[in-house]
Amino acid sequence: MSAISDDSSSYVRRLPAASLKPPAAQAGIFGWLRANLLSSPGNIALTLVCIVVIAWAVPPLVRFFLIDAIWSGADREACLASAALPNPGACWAFVRVWFGYFVYGFYPAPERWRVDLFFAALALGVGWLARPRAPRRDIGAVYFFVALPILSFILLHGAPLIGLAVVPTSAWGGVLVTVVVAVIGMVFSLPLGILLALARRSELPVVKVAAVAFIEFVRGVPLITVLFMASVMLPLFVPERLAPDKLIRALVGVALFSSAYMAEVVRGGLAAVPLGQYEAAHALGLGYWRMIGVVILPQALRVTLPNIVNTFIGLFKDTTLVFIVGIFDFLRTIEAARADPRWTAPNVTVTGYAFAALFYFACCYGMSRYARGLETRLARAGRR
Amino acid sequence: MRERADNSSTATLPEVAVEVDGLHKWYGDFHVLRDINLKVWRGERIVICGPSGGGKSTLLRCINRLEDWQQGRIIVDGVELTDDPKRILAVRRDVGMVFQQFNLFPHLTVLENCTLAPIWVRHLPKREAEALAMNYLARVKIPEQAGKYPARLSGGQQQRVAIARALCMNPNIMLFDEPTSALDPEMVKEVLDTMVELASDGITMLVVSHEMGFAREVADRVILMDDGQIIEINGPQEFFANPQHERTRAFLRQVLR
Repeated sequence: MSAISDDSSSYVRRLPAASLKPPAAQAGIFGWLRANLLSSPGNIALTLVCIVVIAWAVPPLVRFFLIDAIWSGADREACLASAALPNPGACWAFVRVWFGYFVYGFYPAPERWRVDLFFAALALGVGWLARPRAPRRDIGAVYFFVALPILSFILLHGAPLIGLAVVPTSAWGGVLVTVVVAVIGMVFSLPLGILLALARRSELPVVKVAAVAFIEFVRGVPLITVLFMASVMLPLFVPERLAPDKLIRALVGVALFSSAYMAEVVRGGLAAVPLGQYEAAHALGLGYWRMIGVVILPQALRVTLPNIVNTFIGLFKDTTLVFIVGIFDFLRTIEAARADPRWTAPNVTVTGYAFAALFYFACCYGMSRYARGLETRLARAGRR
Repeated sequence: MRERADNSSTATLPEVAVEVDGLHKWYGDFHVLRDINLKVWRGERIVICGPSGGGKSTLLRCINRLEDWQQGRIIVDGVELTDDPKRILAVRRDVGMVFQQFNLFPHLTVLENCTLAPIWVRHLPKREAEALAMNYLARVKIPEQAGKYPARLSGGQQQRVAIARALCMNPNIMLFDEPTSALDPEMVKEVLDTMVELASDGITMLVVSHEMGFAREVADRVILMDDGQIIEINGPQEFFANPQHERTRAFLRQVLR
């Protein structure tokens, strides 16, 4: 409008330039479509391919899992193909009938309220600690790490003194076992992993060698082997009646296994903290553990948060492997139920696995989303 | 005063703040510190200068044992530094240090940076530590930044926070390791002004710096180090007006131009 003319080297603006709306082609929904889906020939082709794939895959899935699905019934008869139902869809009736078994395993029905109470208490603890703005998170931490384990043990295992019948761990199953194994694995693997990572960076040769040996040994062995060793080989050396409970052996195996992986994750975070931070902490006269606790770890864990959650997600899915030593986790209960002769049908199997997939996906995606949210929040805090 | 013997038997601090005696240090085969002998008197302000790689920072970092050495002794406030971690911590608690790269804790606010050591090392109650920190932040003239994170401050402000953080431990001795070398030129003055003010309080200071103006104004003695040796020690008047050693003259020609 008021361009600088070629012959003048000086210029003074007389009128302020008004703020205009962007061109229609670059704003709103069309702008978004253009920028994200149709920005180049390659992008247009990719968009078309995606549309074709979605059109090909989604309708049959919706048809099978929702439209043609059987929602109620007492046994396989309801889900078999018949004249009235030539193409039976997913057999959700199976999940409805077996739902209690999937959640509680063989936990006696009259005592299942105890498991529900445990889930509620756990959810309270997780919610308390996970929400950054929750009040008094220090009390929350005491609740989660001290009160909750004791309460859970009394609730789940039983305490005859206060009238709670003992339920042996062999009766536990389903989501209960999956949650117990996963939570114990996570709660123990992080501090153990941190200690191992610190030990691996230690200047004391004995400590360092021990940590390296443990980490490398565990990382070089599949989890199944660790579980087998914990549950099959241990009784060879210790009389069965002296050996700890089968579930506890598996828990120890899972916790030790994941702590070795956690150690490597944390080590990466420790290495990312600049040397100057150690020197500043030293110069202020902080002892080793104070320096680690208030200066180094807060920074290291922040950097490794995505990897820690990644390890947690892996651990959560690895809990399915405890079935190998005869523990009925969630996936194993589905396996057992679908093998029941009253329910054998092809669509029952598919439905069972789909249900399992939904459960694991919901849990892992939830963790992943939470980590993303935490990351953005911490990144914002770092820039403040 | 300088001839008086040190008197560490009483509760008051010894007259000699830092004594370095026959210090040798090697990095592998490289002889970084060669036969360093130095007595720093209580309340004395010493500026150490010299070409880079001459061992200035290494010497400073030995005094609070961020570096160890192979031969010789260092005695700080009457405590000889050995491998004993208790002694090392005791010395570090009473010796403040300011780094070239500030080394503030990025995950803590300015106030939390300053209260961390008083709370965790001196075991002060949080409120008292905060009052102390605000007092020193006011002295370095940035109390209004107390709630911010270090990344939001300019380099000069960060270095002043680092000085306040060290002062919060009420140190007897302050070590400055090239405190203005990482700063943009327009920020050097605010940090030097803070240090000049600190010097007028009578705290013992050892400063590794190339700021010759600061040395001239504040130092009681100026030291030139090169090749891991002390080449010349003198009062600032003599040091600048009448340098004795050829290397001192060469160095001064370089930096003063």
